[in-house]
Amino acid sequence: MTMTYSQDFLFMENGTSVPLQNIPEMEFSLFRDKILSMMDICRTEAFFALPDGEKGRYDLFIILADAAKKGFLLAKSKVKDSFLSLTSSHASFNRFEREIMEKYPDLKAEAHPNAKPLRFPGKEQETGVMDYFTMQGDAVHEVAVGPVHAGVIEPGHFRFQCMGEKVYSLEISLGYQHRDLENMLVNGPAGAMRHLVETAAGDSSIAASINYSRIMESLCDIKADEEAEKTRQFALELERIANHIGDLGALAGDVAFLPTASFCGRIRGEYLNMTAELCGNRFGRNFVVPGGIRYGVDKEMAQKLLPKVKKVSRELWKALALMFNAPTCLDRFENTGRVSLETAKALGLTGMAARACGIKCDARKDFPVKEVVSAQCVYEEEFPFQPNGDVLSRALLRFYELKKSHEYLFRYLQELQNAPPCREESLPLKKETLALSVTESWRGELCHVAITDEAGRIQLYKIVDPSFHNWEGLAMALRDEEISHFPICNKSFNLSYCGHDL
Amino acid sequence: MWKALKARLYQGYRTGNFPVKAPPALPERFAGRAEVDQEKCAEYKEVLAEVCPVKAISFSDGKISLDMGKCIFCRKCAEKCEGIRFGKEYRLAAMKREDLIVNNSYYTPPLPQDKSLAKLCGRSLKIRQVSAGGCAACELDFNVLNTLAWDMGRFGIQVVASPRHADCILVTGPVTKNMLLALKKTYEAAPRPVWVIACGACAVSGGLYEKSSQCEEKLEDILKVDLYIPGCPPHPSTILEGIMRLMGKGAGPENK
Ligand code: SF4
Repeated sequence: MTMTYSQDFLFMENGTSVPLQNIPEMEFSLFRDKILSMMDICRTEAFFALPDGEKGRYDLFIILADAAKKGFLLAKSKVKDSFLSLTSSHASFNRFEREIMEKYPDLKAEAHPNAKPLRFPGKEQETGVMDYFTMQGDAVHEVAVGPVHAGVIEPGHFRFQCMGEKVYSLEISLGYQHRDLENMLVNGPAGAMRHLVETAAGDSSIAASINYSRIMESLCDIKADEEAEKTRQFALELERIANHIGDLGALAGDVAFLPTASFCGRIRGEYLNMTAELCGNRFGRNFVVPGGIRYGVDKEMAQKLLPKVKKVSRELWKALALMFNAPTCLDRFENTGRVSLETAKALGLTGMAARACGIKCDARKDFPVKEVVSAQCVYEEEFPFQPNGDVLSRALLRFYELKKSHEYLFRYLQELQNAPPCREESLPLKKETLALSVTESWRGELCHVAITDEAGRIQLYKIVDPSFHNWEGLAMALRDEEISHFPICNKSFNLSYCGHDL
Repeated sequence: MWKALKARLYQGYRTGNFPVKAPPALPERFAGRAEVDQEKCAEYKEVLAEVCPVKAISFSDGKISLDMGKCIFCRKCAEKCEGIRFGKEYRLAAMKREDLIVNNSYYTPPLPQDKSLAKLCGRSLKIRQVSAGGCAACELDFNVLNTLAWDMGRFGIQVVASPRHADCILVTGPVTKNMLLALKKTYEAAPRPVWVIACGACAVSGGLYEKSSQCEEKLEDILKVDLYIPGCPPHPSTILEGIMRLMGKGAGPENK
């Protein structure tokens, strides 16, 4: 067994904060070696730079997810002008380092093997114009798709290198959705902050507002009411359910299995409407706030929702059974768009996409927040099927997650007494502190990190969307695959563009 | 096949009554168009200007006005001052930007003065959607109109892939710098005449991203907008009602 250095890092639990000075600082080459020595047991949760005030000088922060220890390992290192890239040793750093270089042009990740633009901020380079990987030869052809796609969907550019029908490589170039979100969150707390965070990826607003609220709670030393906390988890599961149903319906649609496609389209709406019962908004905007929830939920409301969930879920199981029993669908899903377990680990994939490759990870179990009871995840009972990283695995996993989420829904609705509303107040934040919150959103681990300065203002607010890790997974899924399988591969991941571009 | 037919019978007929027979079924806590009581707001001026995260509330000549085009319906203002109420009025869309400014409590949804779209496309409107920095919420709640619950196809409204087939471009998002070129090219590629719909607070006014350094130009400064649909995101019924009004089908059923 190789030696690890976990004792040299600071250990931190989910949803807590630590004074910046407690985070161990290491000389860069040690920092690099120690991080790489941990990669067998940890996942790269976040890697980012914080300007030191002086030109070219930065603090690099690493946050590793250590599921066995049920928490995170932190360390930092001072660098000037450049540092030796970690990407060549571990692919999961690829996007993080490109992000650092793009955000801070005076800091370079030396010897980065793939130092291409990530989000194209600024004017120097036309978005999507970059040095793509290409193949030469008479039989080779290139297919370019996007930024504007055929359907109603966000923009991104896909570049395929094909021989006949077969895809040899897919390169994905994003950045079209870049709104400069992280910079807009600096210097707060300001009134728009929570709202901005909620729109980081509009289909994961509840996960995002849970993270934001937890960070603010730990920076202000307040706690959410217990019943309100359960209600937040309820909203989170509603979000997961709605999105999973939408995706399963979209998969059915892409293989022209119209009954399930249309049933799911309607049923998804029923769950969005339940979210709207909580707060008036179908995406759960303005519901989760620091301190609890903004609109109360009482027993009466729970009793009204309960029969609705019962009825709609019955319809859901029938709609899905139809698809999962149709050989025409299974044939298209099975062994399509495979990502191997090794690839998934090397890329640091997260969430549902990682579980579908056989990785047992789920923030709800791996990184519990003290005293918070989340919904159960699928891997607690071992996987109920053999996941092999294909479209079918991603579809089946969604199905089993839907079952688990419904168990939580029923339990919550039966047990709820009264979750009171809470007013959002602005309280002073702890100074020179780092706060961290990770929530298992429907796509995977959504990570938020905030750092405050000596005046208690937000100096950095980092958002790592699960899509940031998983886009590379989609690119790998297409290797040696038929190009006509792109739509179902893409839907089986259903990644966020704006969550990546921020 | 029998299984599919059985499942079809079980699921039943699910297209909603809106907008043909009834107003939309809206949640209890829905926030529709604002109503402003000037008297009650008088002493809350500073508080209101301060509390609004998108600066949708402004004052002139001692009167307050609330810009629905900027509003993200967070209702922080209504929490502070009872002079502002968010009712159940879902018919928020307007053809003119000024019509989104609210300073009283009376309202009838405005009808299009320019009837050109109604004449040419009143019974068949092909829409190319372009997301230009949208967070996916507007996109999803527009897309949902294609599902059988809303079935906008029955009114001749259809989403098309190619701008060459489009009568109308529906834009979501605050128009990021990085999407500006693609948006312009899509617009250029559509045959004339072409109409533009701004869907959601970001597209209407910049919304939360008005001050972003990466979203400099506003949609209405780039293209002439024919329909503004407020909301963050707008409810599907608000989107559908707005489009149908533009198509000359009159205002949607009132929500009493
Ligand atoms: S509801 Fe609209 S006007 Fe009122 S504070 Fe929120 S964004 Fe501003």
